[in-house]
Amino acid sequence: MMADDEILTQLSIFVNNEPGRLAAVAGILKECGVNMKACNLAESNEFGILRAIVDDPDDAYERIKSKGLIVRKTDIVGISIDNVPGSLFEAADVLGKAGINIDYGYAYASKDREGLFIRVDDPMKAAEVLKSAGIDIIRRSEI
Amino acid sequence: MECMPRAELERMQYMQLKKLVNNLYSFNGFYHDRMRDAGVHPDDINCLGDIVKLPFMYKQDLRDHYPTGLFTVPGNEVVRYHVSSGTSGKPTLVGYTRGDIDYWTETLARSFTSIGIGIDDIMQVSYGYGLFTGGLGAHYGAEKVGATVVPVGTGSTERQIELMQDLDVTVLACTPSYFVHMIEVAKRMGIDIRNDTVLRKAVLGAEPWSEGMRKHIEDSTGVRAYDIYGTSEMAGPMFTECETRDGIHIPADMMYAEIIDTETGEPCADGERGELVVTMLRKEAMPLIRFRVKDICSITHEPCACGRTSPRISRIFGRADDMLIIRGINVFPSQIEYTLMHIPQVGDQYRILLDRVDSLDHAVIQVEIRPEAFSDRIEDMTRLRSHIESELKKYLNIAVTVELKAPGELPRFEGKAKRVIDRRVL
Repeated sequence: MMADDEILTQLSIFVNNEPGRLAAVAGILKECGVNMKACNLAESNEFGILRAIVDDPDDAYERIKSKGLIVRKTDIVGISIDNVPGSLFEAADVLGKAGINIDYGYAYASKDREGLFIRVDDPMKAAEVLKSAGIDIIRRSEI
Repeated sequence: MECMPRAELERMQYMQLKKLVNNLYSFNGFYHDRMRDAGVHPDDINCLGDIVKLPFMYKQDLRDHYPTGLFTVPGNEVVRYHVSSGTSGKPTLVGYTRGDIDYWTETLARSFTSIGIGIDDIMQVSYGYGLFTGGLGAHYGAEKVGATVVPVGTGSTERQIELMQDLDVTVLACTPSYFVHMIEVAKRMGIDIRNDTVLRKAVLGAEPWSEGMRKHIEDSTGVRAYDIYGTSEMAGPMFTECETRDGIHIPADMMYAEIIDTETGEPCADGERGELVVTMLRKEAMPLIRFRVKDICSITHEPCACGRTSPRISRIFGRADDMLIIRGINVFPSQIEYTLMHIPQVGDQYRILLDRVDSLDHAVIQVEIRPEAFSDRIEDMTRLRSHIESELKKYLNIAVTVELKAPGELPRFEGKAKRVIDRRVL
């Protein structure tokens, strides 16, 4: 499998931290027909960032951008996490020992697998490190 | 001097003016050209009223000749600089000779004396020291009348209140809003200014305030509050009300004050509101002739009940331009704009929101960021915000809070943009 299948594309959208703003953004995503597989909302005092894993991110990106929202593509890595105690530790430990810092992460769950999407400075390296430690990563084609 | 009949005062002012104009016309290129362009010669000045023939000076002139282009003395005669913030990121510099410091100090000493401040007083100066004229100005004036000065400057409010108690401070000099803040902090500390301190007078200025605020301050502390006025171009804070508190006395030998209609430039009658125009009669390093201060007030030439005959100006009602006074510091919206537009991540829309929180001015600058500047990491975004805040702090000299907004979030304007929302209540 080609390496770029191992790197996932997240869309990051700027949301002002005011009542009704998330609804407005979500409304635009609906208009654009964007289906979210996983998402995460980070906030500071006056703004928030909606991070989403969506179907066909490149197409969704263009459509969202054309609606005037601030959107950005970010490379992230998906780690498959087994549903047993210690799985998260194992993955985090491998990355930590390799000197890879996780900026942020959020959980993902589908019918048949659970995982964690993580944002790191060097996603290619993170994917390599995880694979060589025998930890499954979630591929673009698997979402 | 202070009780001289008006006719004599004006004769004296005419002599001072004549000498000033002769000197500047003969020895200074800027003033020479200005007068020549206005078609006026020193020979045309034959009475005090002839001053209206002279051209106006503007703050822009000071900026255009930054830093020392308008100085009329050799550099080695300058003993001090003060700097006030200006538009377009360019500050205005004011230089002082020994004589300038003396007339400034003398004016303040007369002002303080007129409100009964003297050798037995202990004055806490809570104006900013440094490039701002407030702290050092009040400091020198208080020392001149023999008072003991506590040069605390701004900030550390709890410590200020402790010192006020420990050192038996009788007079406080600061901005009115800072005093109100102090009163509240004191209350939280369990200290009642009226009963737990010996503070009895406050000299308040450097920002517009109101009779309502005076009443509030006096009712809650028992302290008698006096208005003080002056700008860095004149020297700094200089003029106060007297014990009668019916206008701010302008000693005639220091400054000649006119009130004009901002639109037409024509003189206003006594009691009529207009723009203050000043001519400094004893200034050496950087003279001012018919300088448009842009503060709105009125003037009276009637002798005061206190016996002094010097003209008196009213409280300052507002500005004839868009200058904002935030925590005593002059800020022009254009200066904020200039700073923002030099930060590549900032878009072209911004808004300035002013509020009073716990009696202190609070400024929030909302800025739209460019899409390229957006990051998915909160850390990057907060770093961008801090960067914008520190740039603004660097050029404005005051701390402001920045809020990042998405493009299109801030209101757009057809015609004149309303970028300043001032919600402060004096």
